[in-house]
Formats: sequence, structure tokens, C-alpha cells
Amino acid sequence: MTNKAFRDSSGRPIVVVTGMGLVSSLGQGKQDNWAKLVAGVSGIHRIKRFPVDGLRTTIAGTVDYLFDQPVSAPVLSERLASLAAEEAVAQSGAGSKGNFPGPLFCAVAPVEVEWPQRRALAAEADPAQPYTPEVALQISARGKHPEWHELFLYGTVADHLADTFGTKGMPISISTACASGGTAIQLALESIRRGESDAALAVGTDGSVHAEALIRFSLLSALSTHNDPPEQASKPFSKNRDGFVMAEGAGALVLESLEHATTRGAKILGVVAGCGEVADSFHRTRSSPDGKPIIACLKHALSDSGMTPDDIDHINAPGPSTPENDKMETVGLTAVFGERAKQIPISSNKSMIGHTLTAAGAIEAVVSLMTIEHQRIPPTINYAIPDPALALDVVGNTARDAKVRNIISNSFGFGGQNVCLVLSGDPA
Amino acid sequence: MMDQSRETWITGIGLLSSLGEGVEVHRSRLNSGDVPVTDFSAFPTFLIHPLGAIDFDKQIPKKGDQRQMELWQRIGVYTAGLALTDAGVAGNEDLLKRMDMIVAAAGGERDVKVDASVADELRTANNPEARLNERLQSELRPTLFLAQLSNLLAGNISVVHGVVGSSRTFMGEESSGVQAVQTAHARIRAGQSDLALVGGAYNAARPDMLGLWEFAQMHYRDEFKPLFAPDRKPGMATGTGSAFLVLESRQHAEARGAKPIAKITHVDSARAKRSSSGSIAETVGTLFAGARKQSPNAGAIYSTASGVEPATAEEAGVLKAQNLPVRAVASRVGQTFESMFVFGIAFAALAVAEGKLPAAMPGVPLETQGADGVQSILISTVGHWRGEGIGVVEAI
Repeated sequence: MTNKAFRDSSGRPIVVVTGMGLVSSLGQGKQDNWAKLVAGVSGIHRIKRFPVDGLRTTIAGTVDYLFDQPVSAPVLSERLASLAAEEAVAQSGAGSKGNFPGPLFCAVAPVEVEWPQRRALAAEADPAQPYTPEVALQISARGKHPEWHELFLYGTVADHLADTFGTKGMPISISTACASGGTAIQLALESIRRGESDAALAVGTDGSVHAEALIRFSLLSALSTHNDPPEQASKPFSKNRDGFVMAEGAGALVLESLEHATTRGAKILGVVAGCGEVADSFHRTRSSPDGKPIIACLKHALSDSGMTPDDIDHINAPGPSTPENDKMETVGLTAVFGERAKQIPISSNKSMIGHTLTAAGAIEAVVSLMTIEHQRIPPTINYAIPDPALALDVVGNTARDAKVRNIISNSFGFGGQNVCLVLSGDPA
Repeated sequence: MMDQSRETWITGIGLLSSLGEGVEVHRSRLNSGDVPVTDFSAFPTFLIHPLGAIDFDKQIPKKGDQRQMELWQRIGVYTAGLALTDAGVAGNEDLLKRMDMIVAAAGGERDVKVDASVADELRTANNPEARLNERLQSELRPTLFLAQLSNLLAGNISVVHGVVGSSRTFMGEESSGVQAVQTAHARIRAGQSDLALVGGAYNAARPDMLGLWEFAQMHYRDEFKPLFAPDRKPGMATGTGSAFLVLESRQHAEARGAKPIAKITHVDSARAKRSSSGSIAETVGTLFAGARKQSPNAGAIYSTASGVEPATAEEAGVLKAQNLPVRAVASRVGQTFESMFVFGIAFAALAVAEGKLPAAMPGVPLETQGADGVQSILISTVGHWRGEGIGVVEAI
């Protein structure tokens, strides 16, 4: 632990990525996803999982190829996470099968009893009597569905993953809304920097597109209603953007101290150079209009990674395609990067994958590192009518080859959550 | 060996439970044995520890903010405010700006009347899924969604109290509270953080949550009996409540002249393979061995046992082997899940600060009297379904 080559400029262990996995509506596995991302393919489609009668939004980036029958959100989230983690762990070669040598940090969507269960309970009640919350409790208390207790505990998905991969200790389940995936990586980074472990598994997963979830976001006017054609609905940085498109997927990364990775001869895919975080106290769903929290978050990430704005070659934007978020992000970037904000290529993976909510930060970190690997930036598709108010170098519609060494990947979410990660190629 | 400036000091405590609000009420009721407060009437046959009337205006002055939250978030935001006030941090923008926050949370209240009414109608509807869409679109309140989201307890603390250094929400029932304290403590010790707010909240008066526990018939349904009483039936008597702590590096606390209540010297967590019998006892035993090595002079144990078996019986075996007076948190305030461990740390901090253990529960052999002058207390958490943890709180 004394070799300076394994330490960053602040004397902390350098943390690298040695394995990555990705599942989305585009497909399973990072190679398949990458091929489609650089080709500008959209994974957004009309929802088939449940009837969309009467809904204002009828499209999503659901992952429909894993189960024949509808399953509960935590079941799908676990499966998505498991596939992504399997790919990441296999690539990294850390530990042995079912024996991962470090903790699990898992960004996972909040859970609760769902409508199929509510309806099943109601069907068990006396049809002649009105069905009330009191009756629902009585029926629940018959103990006929003990498995639903575990299914809808908040710690279950991560606990099952810990069983599958043999991660060490009690896994941490994280929710910081749309920044959750970024927070999972941040917690893994901090843990390795503290020297608590040599490796950590960071996962973001979300398989929670069901009717009520869609309706809730719809009632907040957060979703695009450009249902036809579905693949053109998500249009970050466009003048006619009208909301995000819900989607599902998972991203997983094996983080490791450079020393540990080097010692065991692992291939290094990139470096988690730094992270910034600042909460916003302005409003529950809106960013502070002065952009100060986003600005501070970007600055913290740069300073944590020992970089200046000039070191950043590409911005992996949250770019959810909502009128407000894309604007506020631009305000923040312009303040931090000045004139250069117009020259740094920026792109939003959500134009193709949709907004995978809890998983987005992890998925976008994987895509960012693949961008560095291939020296090619995936496009922001549907960039037909650029918003002149957003003075940015958007990589519109087609992929762009570029020299990319350092990327800043940003995640901003409801509840004032802001997380920025700086990801790099070779260890400095 | 450790750099003393990086000790984790507890400089603020916020408590809200069936016993009342604030540190003084809890201290005096715990010490005199004026506990618990329970209720059978709200949900007949289910014993819960209910919350009394709270004047939320005192910590959440804007009615508009209160309207954006359901009870779970309100009690959490309120209690976070009590902790910030206790630590002398409330309203100090310079400190709040760099204060880290880890909230242990599940989800918030649903409109259970709407849920039941919709489920009722769908029993006979011709096209139930279309009807579900229709009714949810007209009857779900947009603000209720935000009141349900796990990370919006933290979000509301940012909005109401201005804590914005960082904001992380951990989920996973009892374990999330252990991990919130464990992570904040580790960050302070490593110099990654100087000042942190940690805590959680739970509203027990929710038929949907009672239903969740009752899927596996885990709620307590008898007259009140304290945890570890030989004739107590299995099950957890849930309680409405919230606990928050302000944690601070010693260096930071001393620099601003903050008065410490106690210090956290050790936190660890583990995950027993619960499918095999005896694994809880083994895991908890290992956690205790580690904690006692850290603090050989431990004089008592605060256990957050839930009453669900076999977890509580296996934990009791380990507790007995420690030969120390035990106090059960849930006998006093009920089972509060995410905030359970935080309650344990807070109660232990009050006890070591005074050098005095609370009155023992009658009829509980593990709750022995204990000598005055207790300087160090172990806090044991065994989740009702999964997850084990331990902490050590010492006097300063």
C-alpha cells in the first residue's frame, strides 16, 4: 500500500473498473447495447406489458425478453441486476464464482405491494361485503401469502444478489431517485478509498414499469406524450422535447483498487477518478433556478478527481428530455465550463435507452467507459429541432469519433439529488 | 492508535415516539420506567405504539411543506429538526451547506381507501385493467407520489432544514439504519466527512404496512409483554417514531465548541444465512466478540430485538452469554425498522452521558439492574427477517 503509483494526487487509492455489464431495452450485454447505441437505435416501443387504455403515455423502454409472464417489479429488477452483474463479474475475473471479494452497493427502485396482489387479496374476501382497508388487512393476516412479505421488503433484491454473487457483508440498497446508480458507484469508490475493501460491486437496476408507476409520473407531467412513433419520443436538447420516457435496465461495474487489479493482472477498463455530490433544497422536483447546486456538484467532482474543466473531453448528460432538466443542466455546464461548454461534445444515452430511473447512473457510467474504450461518442438521436436556448455541442443523430480521455457523467433526480462522476481511461 | 481528532462524536439527538418528543422526555420516562405507551384500538388485535399529538409547525413552519408530506415524512423531518436544534446546527447555513445526510427509509403512505375501493370495484369490472388505469388517473394525487418516494424524506429535510452537503437514502428495513450509522461513522473516521445527519422514521398506524408484516403473520397480537419475557408470544409490536443523530468529528465539534453527548467507537454489520438454524446466533456472537474487543469495559447492552422468531430467541442466547444488563428498545418504543438501530444508539448515548441505565422491565430476566456509572454500551440489532448489526457507544 506504499507504492505511490497506486495512489492519486491526494494520496488515496486509485480506483479502477475491471468489469462491466449492461442490460436495457436495446438488448442484453454491453457489446449488443454498444452496437445499437452507436448505430442510433432506439429501444422505446409501445407498451405491451399491460393495457394502455386511456393513458396519456403509451410507450416505454420496457425489457420484455426475460420473462414470458408478467412479474413483480422486484423480480424483474433482480433479474436485470443479476444479468448485468454476471457480465461484470465474469469480465473482471475478481474472486471466484459465487465468491466476490467485496461488498455490494445496489441502487434499486423502492418497492411496494402491487395491483395483482391487491386484486388477489380482494378476490379472497367476501364478495357480498364492501372491501375496505380493514378487510384488506384481515385477508392479508390469514397468512396465505407469506412469500409476499419477503418480495416487498426493500432489502430483498440486494440480499438475493448478495446470495448469488457471494459479495461480502450486508449489501447496501440505495435510493437517490434518478441519481441512484451514480450514488452506488460513489459509495463503492468511497469504500475502496477508505481501504475497507479492495473490490466492490456497484449495480443500478430498475424493472418497475407498471401501470401505476407510469400514471404517477404522468400525473406529474414528467412523461413524453409523443406516442407515435415511439422511437422518436425521447429527444433531449430538442426544442420540442416534452418529457422523459420510462425505461428499464441495469448496469453493473466491478470497482477495484488499482493495486489489487494490477497485482492480479486484471485488465483495466477505466478509472473512477472522482465524484461530486450536492443536494438541492429549492424544491422537491425542481432544480434551484440559479443552478448553484448543479454547479457546485460539477465543481466538487472536478476537484475530487484533481481535474480542471479543461481536462474534460465529453459530457455524458442526464439529458432526460424534460424541458426543465435539460435547461438547468445547460445552465450548470455553462457556468462551470464557460465558453468551452459549447465545444465539449455532449450526448444523452436516454434518447435511445429511455430513462431507466434508478439504473440510469450505472448504465451511463458503463456507456461512458465504453465511449473511452472505442473513442467514439454515441449520438443523441431525435435531434431534429435543436433548442437554440441550449448552447451546447450536442452529438446529434449520428455517432462521432473523438479523442476522449475524461468524461463527466451527471445524474440529477427528484428530491434534490445531484451526483457527478468523473471517469477516465488509463490510470494517471 | 486511531487519530483522536477523527473520533465520531454524537452532538445532537432528535427523538419522537409514543413516549413523546425530545431528549428530556425520553430520558426521564426511560429512567423512571414510565413505559410503554401502547394501543389496541386503532387496529383491533394488533398492538402498536402510537404517536401522540404533534405540533408540526414547530419544526416545519410552512403549511405548504407539511401538505407535501404524509405522516412518515413529517415525523422524520420534524425529528431531524430536533436533532439539528439539539446540536446547535439548525439555521446555520455555513454548517448545513456541508452537512452530509444519510437517511434510512422505506416508503410512504398510500391512500388505502382509494386502493381498497379500486380493488373492490375491479372484482366485478368487465375490463378491470382499463378500469384500473381510469381510476388511478383520476384518484391518485400527484403530491402523494412524492410523499411515498423513499428518498423524499431526505429531500424534504433538505427543503425544510437546508441540509445539502450530500443526501443518500439507504433502504432495507433494520439493516439500513445500521448501515447509515456505519457509513457516516466510517466517513468521519476516514476524513471523508466532518458533520453528518443520520436517522429514519416509521409510521406504524398504516393498515397496508400491518398487512405487509401479516402476510407472514409477524405482527404482535397480544396484550403488551416486554421483549425477552419468558411468556411473550412471538411477533413485533410496531411503533410510530423517528430518531436522528448529528454525528461529528471530534476536531470539528471542538472547533465550533459543540458539546458532545457521547461517542460512537465501533459499528459493524453482517448477514447471517438465515435458512440454516443457529446462523443468527453464530453471526451475532461474532459481532459481539468484535465489539467487546473494541470496548472491553462495556457495561450494558441495548438490543433492538423485534420479537419475531427465531431471530429474537437466537439473539437472546447470545445476550445471555454476555452477562451484561440488557435493555430492549422495542419494549419501550415499539419496532420502528429503519430507525431501530438509531434509537438504540441514541438511548445508549443518553445512558452513558448520565452513567445510568434506564429502569429494568419487570419480569424480564435479561433486564438485570446494572451498576451505576456505565461508560460503554453495546447496541445490538437483529433484523426481523435479515441483517445483523452492532454498535458501541462510549462516554466522553
